[in-house]
Amino acid sequence: MALANRDTQTERQYSTIGTAGQNTRPPIASLALLTLTFIGMMTSIFMIFLYVPTDAIEGIPQRIFYFHVPIAWIGMLAFGVVTVAGIGYLWKKDERWDWAARASAELGAVFITLALITGSIWGKTTWGTWWTWDARLTTTLILWFIYIGYLMLRSYMGRTHESARSGAVLAIIGLIDVPIIYESVNWWRTLHPQAEVGTPGALPPSVVLTLMISLVTFTLFYSFLMIQLYQLQRMQTLAQRLRASVE
Amino acid sequence: MIFLEQVIAILWKDVRYELRSKQMWTGMGLFALLVLVIFNFAFDLRVDNKAAVAPGALWVAFVFASLLGLGRTIAAEREIGSMDRLLLCPVDRKAIYLAKLLGNMLFIGVVEIVALPIFAALFNVPLFVGALLPIVLLSTLGIAAVGTLFSAMAAATRARELLLPILVFPLIVPIVIGAVRATGTLLAPAVNEPPWLGLIAAFDVIFLTVSMLTFEYVIEE
Repeated sequence: MALANRDTQTERQYSTIGTAGQNTRPPIASLALLTLTFIGMMTSIFMIFLYVPTDAIEGIPQRIFYFHVPIAWIGMLAFGVVTVAGIGYLWKKDERWDWAARASAELGAVFITLALITGSIWGKTTWGTWWTWDARLTTTLILWFIYIGYLMLRSYMGRTHESARSGAVLAIIGLIDVPIIYESVNWWRTLHPQAEVGTPGALPPSVVLTLMISLVTFTLFYSFLMIQLYQLQRMQTLAQRLRASVE
Repeated sequence: MIFLEQVIAILWKDVRYELRSKQMWTGMGLFALLVLVIFNFAFDLRVDNKAAVAPGALWVAFVFASLLGLGRTIAAEREIGSMDRLLLCPVDRKAIYLAKLLGNMLFIGVVEIVALPIFAALFNVPLFVGALLPIVLLSTLGIAAVGTLFSAMAAATRARELLLPILVFPLIVPIVIGAVRATGTLLAPAVNEPPWLGLIAAFDVIFLTVSMLTFEYVIEE
C-alpha cells in the first residue's frame, strides 16, 4: 500500500513536471531577445570592421576594444545580478532568486574569462605585454577568482537552502570587496610608474556610437542567455527533485 | 551584557578545547616557521634585498598559518556534532560569530607572537618593534573576520581544506597588500606612502560588520 502510494505520488509529480515542460506557450521574450541580439550583433560587426575609423596610434588591433569593453561590462554586471539575486533570496526565501543567481554566476564567469583573454590580446599588441599588475587588470583577475570560488562552493554544497544562502553571502562580501581591492591595488601601484592603460581623451562620435551599440548588443545577449540558463537551472532542480522522489 | 557573557562563554569553551589538544597551536607555529625557512632558500636573502623581501616572507607565513587555523575551529564543531547543539542554545548568532572570531584571532595571535622574534632573528631585521603591533593586530583581525565567516561555509562541504583558501585569498588581497607595504615602510621609510593602516582599519570595520550581519544565514540549518 505504501509502495503504491509512493508510486502515484511520483507519477503525479512527474505529470506536473511533464506539463510544465510541455508548456506550448511560445517563448516570446527569448525569441524577441534573440532576434534583437542577432540584429545588434550584425550591426556591431559591420560598424566595428567597416564603419569605425582605425585608431591613429594603436592601429587595427584597437578594434578589439569594441568587444573587450562590452564583455568586461557584462562580466561586472553579472556579478551585480548575482548579488542582487542573492539578497532577493535571503529576503524572500524563494528559490527562483537562487536560480537567477546561479545562472548569472555561470554567465559572468564565462564573460570575465573572455574579458581577461581579449584584454591580454589587446595588451600584447598595445603595451607589448600580456599582463601588467594594473589596478583594473588585477581587480578583474580577483573577480575571476571570486566567481570561480562561488561556482566551486555552489557545486560542492549542492542544491540546498544552505548552499543558496552561503552563495548569497559570498556574493555580498565579494561585491563590497571589489572596490576596496581596486583602491588598494591602485595605491600599491601608484608608486611604480608604468605603461598607462589606454585612456582615450576625446573620443570621436563614431567610436562612441559603435561602442554604445556594441554595449547594448552584449547586454541583450546576456539577457537572452540569462533566460536560457535560468530555465536550465529550474529544470535541473526539478529533475533532481524527481530523481530524489524516485530513489 | 548577556551578549558579552555569551561571547566569553563560547570563547572560553574553545580555548579550553584547544588547550587540551595543543595540536593546532604547535602545528600552526611550526608551519609558520617552515614557511620562513623555505622563503630564506627561495629568495637567497642578502643585505641589499632584505628590506624588499622580508615583509613579504613574514606575511605569507602569517596568512598561510592563519588559514590553517581558521579551518579548524568550526570544522571541529561540525565533526563532533556540537555545532547543532550550539545552534540549539538560545544564543545570538552574532555572539557565536564574535566568539569564533576572537578565538581565531587568539590562536593566530599566539602563533604570530612566537614566530615574530624568530623571524627577526633568522632574517636579521629590526622588525620586533612596537610599531609593528598595530599592523599585525589589525591585519589579523581583517583576515579572521572574513576567514571565520567563510570557514563556516567551507566546513559544510567535503572539501573544506581546499575551498577555504580559494574563497578567502582573493577577498583578503587589500589586507595582504596593506600589511606588506606597512611592514615595508618600517624597514625602509618612504615618503608619500598611502595610509595603509587606514585602509586595513577600514577593511576591518566594513567586513566585521557585514560578516556579523550575514553569519546567521551561513550557519542556520
